[in-house]
Amino acid sequence: MTNTAEPLVRFVDVQKSYDGVTLVVKKFNLDMQRGEFLTMLGPSGSGKTTCLMMLAGFEPATHGEIFLKDQPINNVPPHKRGIGMVFQNYALFPHMTVAENLAFPLQVRNMDKSEVNSRVTKALDMVQLGQFGGRRPAQLSGGQQQRVAVARALVFDPDVVLMDEPLGALDKNLREQMQYEIKHIHENLGITVLYVTHDQSEALTMSNRIAVFDDGIVQQLASPSVLYEKPDNAFVARFIGENNVLKGTIKEVNGQACVVDVGEERPVHATAVNIGGVNTLTNLSLRPERVTLNPPEHFPNQFDGKVEELIYLGDHIRTRMNVCGHSEFIVKIPNSSDQGQLREGDAVRVGWKMEDCRALDCNDS
Amino acid sequence: MTDTASHHNPRDLGLKPLQTVDGTPLKVSLARAKRRARIRAVLLVMPLFLFILVTFFIPVFSMLMRSVENPVVVEVLPSTVEQLANWDETSGEIPDDDVFNALAADFKVAAVDKTAGKVGRRLNYEKSGFSSMFRKTARKIKKLEPPFKEGIIDIDKKWADVDYWRVLKRESREYTDSYFLTALDFTYTDDGERVLKGDDKRIYIDLFARTFWMSLLITGICLVLAYPVAYLLSTLPVRSSNLLMILVLLPFWTSLLVRTSAWIALLQQEGVINSLLVGAGVLDDANRLAMIHNQTGTIIAMVHVLLPFMVLPLYSVMKTIHPSYMRAARSLGANPYTAFVRVYMPNTVPGIGAGAILVFIIAIGYYITPALVGGQSGTMISNFIAYHLETSLNWGLAAALGAVLLVVVLILYFVYDRIVGVDNMKLG
Repeated sequence: MTNTAEPLVRFVDVQKSYDGVTLVVKKFNLDMQRGEFLTMLGPSGSGKTTCLMMLAGFEPATHGEIFLKDQPINNVPPHKRGIGMVFQNYALFPHMTVAENLAFPLQVRNMDKSEVNSRVTKALDMVQLGQFGGRRPAQLSGGQQQRVAVARALVFDPDVVLMDEPLGALDKNLREQMQYEIKHIHENLGITVLYVTHDQSEALTMSNRIAVFDDGIVQQLASPSVLYEKPDNAFVARFIGENNVLKGTIKEVNGQACVVDVGEERPVHATAVNIGGVNTLTNLSLRPERVTLNPPEHFPNQFDGKVEELIYLGDHIRTRMNVCGHSEFIVKIPNSSDQGQLREGDAVRVGWKMEDCRALDCNDS
Repeated sequence: MTDTASHHNPRDLGLKPLQTVDGTPLKVSLARAKRRARIRAVLLVMPLFLFILVTFFIPVFSMLMRSVENPVVVEVLPSTVEQLANWDETSGEIPDDDVFNALAADFKVAAVDKTAGKVGRRLNYEKSGFSSMFRKTARKIKKLEPPFKEGIIDIDKKWADVDYWRVLKRESREYTDSYFLTALDFTYTDDGERVLKGDDKRIYIDLFARTFWMSLLITGICLVLAYPVAYLLSTLPVRSSNLLMILVLLPFWTSLLVRTSAWIALLQQEGVINSLLVGAGVLDDANRLAMIHNQTGTIIAMVHVLLPFMVLPLYSVMKTIHPSYMRAARSLGANPYTAFVRVYMPNTVPGIGAGAILVFIIAIGYYITPALVGGQSGTMISNFIAYHLETSLNWGLAAALGAVLLVVVLILYFVYDRIVGVDNMKLG
């Protein structure tokens, strides 16, 4: 993606309130490039679906402007926006066959019959449902209905396709399979997708960029790897992946580095990301797989831990330890043959690098 | 089981049919269990079934049978009927002495049994004059001496009229189609052929047509009024929709008589609406609108009565239509009108069908409202059925009219099934 191109979709200072008292979307700014797969991720009630509905035209923005291809669309009715949408319950028209469902957006655009037919056939083939054109949606399985819904949202070549938790109703295996299918369709057709989900693994699997929503605000907008490796704040760190949190007080700040007192003899050396000044509180974020048992000498952070619980998970062993007075400290130990056997109650030395430990805000305490 | 022992032999398992633990063949055991369930089901339904059989099916069936049964002539005048078989009704001559002798003999018995009047009344439905003719004859027959032909004609000259004899012979059959012919405005010619009555003499066909047309109109008005209300009900949040629903159902909880009387108070010439219009200067005092005791009154009052029957099925169907259908249609490029016509409305067809057929069938047989506010032009077929049951006591004709109505409704139901499909109907 190049940032030189004009963004396809732009939200500028968009706010939304339903009751005139509380804002569900507080200040939403987003630039979306053509061909991007962008996911809005957040807990329910965080405002992500509302943003989607405002772009689709089903909810008016209370304040701010939404642009599509540099045109303000706040006052454009939904059917003139040229935006495809896949709904959570698929919203396939039950009284039409699959082929009729796909033909619907083309017919309302007064496309001629032969063109409609060839496009419908092409779209059905794209989702491997060539044989199912004559069936009613009710005669299809959940996964097949999902594919029809995707095909219908794409068949009229919309500028952008919105997907509102489209896989929420599917079981786990099917959901993972559909994630790959949607991802491949996105890659093959080069379409622009704005996707909403509350499932972080789904977001990580499919997206180019993820906007993490909470409380009507985008907490962080970044690629999946940046979100995971370098969360900006405690909410993102907690929401994306698993995370050990150590609370402490900042004692020293040296540029990128800081020293934090967590109530032990030795302080923790961490990367300063989102902190106040000296003597303010901070949440230290540390991924469970970045903790090393019996660390080499040069690790700045070395603490004694006690094994509280071992959970065998096949590829790794999830170990709950008591470290720095924190009894929910999780360490993921790879299940390799050279790993010594740990037992509950064992005392082990754990350590981690400074760059793996991020000092973040402490708003939630 | 006679050979229980061999069934316990495990070596037989591969050859013999599957068995339960005690050695009974599985099939027998299953059939027994199923039979028990079936008996239970029958027993559960039995009281209601018997109730409906005794209080509904049998009475309705026997009532409908009256539309073709015609026992009275042949019962009371058996020898006359026998003799009449030899008479040629197309000859233009009245029957010979044998018939009159038989008639005199039958009448002597009938005069004692006091059954002659019954036959007279029955035949009077076919041709007026029979009633008085039979009464007179029965009164004077005791003192009559042969020759009977002259004597009987002496009692009432109508006995010399070949037309009366024709009717008498025709109605001497045990089963008759004459009630149905009357119900459909047919009549007999002198030659005994069945023909449609002249335009000015048709009563029932016009009445059926009017009943049909008014029911159709009422159904249409109900649909137009109910559709938006049902739509609103289905889209409102539950709390406000419940309140609205109560308002819709309010007519159900009010006595029909009270509601209809209220309409009379509102719509009559000196009523609320006319007075308001006159007071407002819209109407001249001399030109007050006639809105009650005519067709308008019947239609207004019946739409009001039947509206809930349209709202409820529509509402229950619309409730199941997820708002995302309309949103999907809009996002796919359909303007609000197209989205409504092509996506929303087709999904409400089961509700439209159910509501329409419900309202239409209730309307076509409706009695009380047209009777109270219908006047002359607003009466419907059921009012005439009631008239023949209560006033003219021509039960055969009432039964025939009822049967025609029933057949029309059944045909409609069948047509509806072919077009829309009864399975598609959703009543709530």
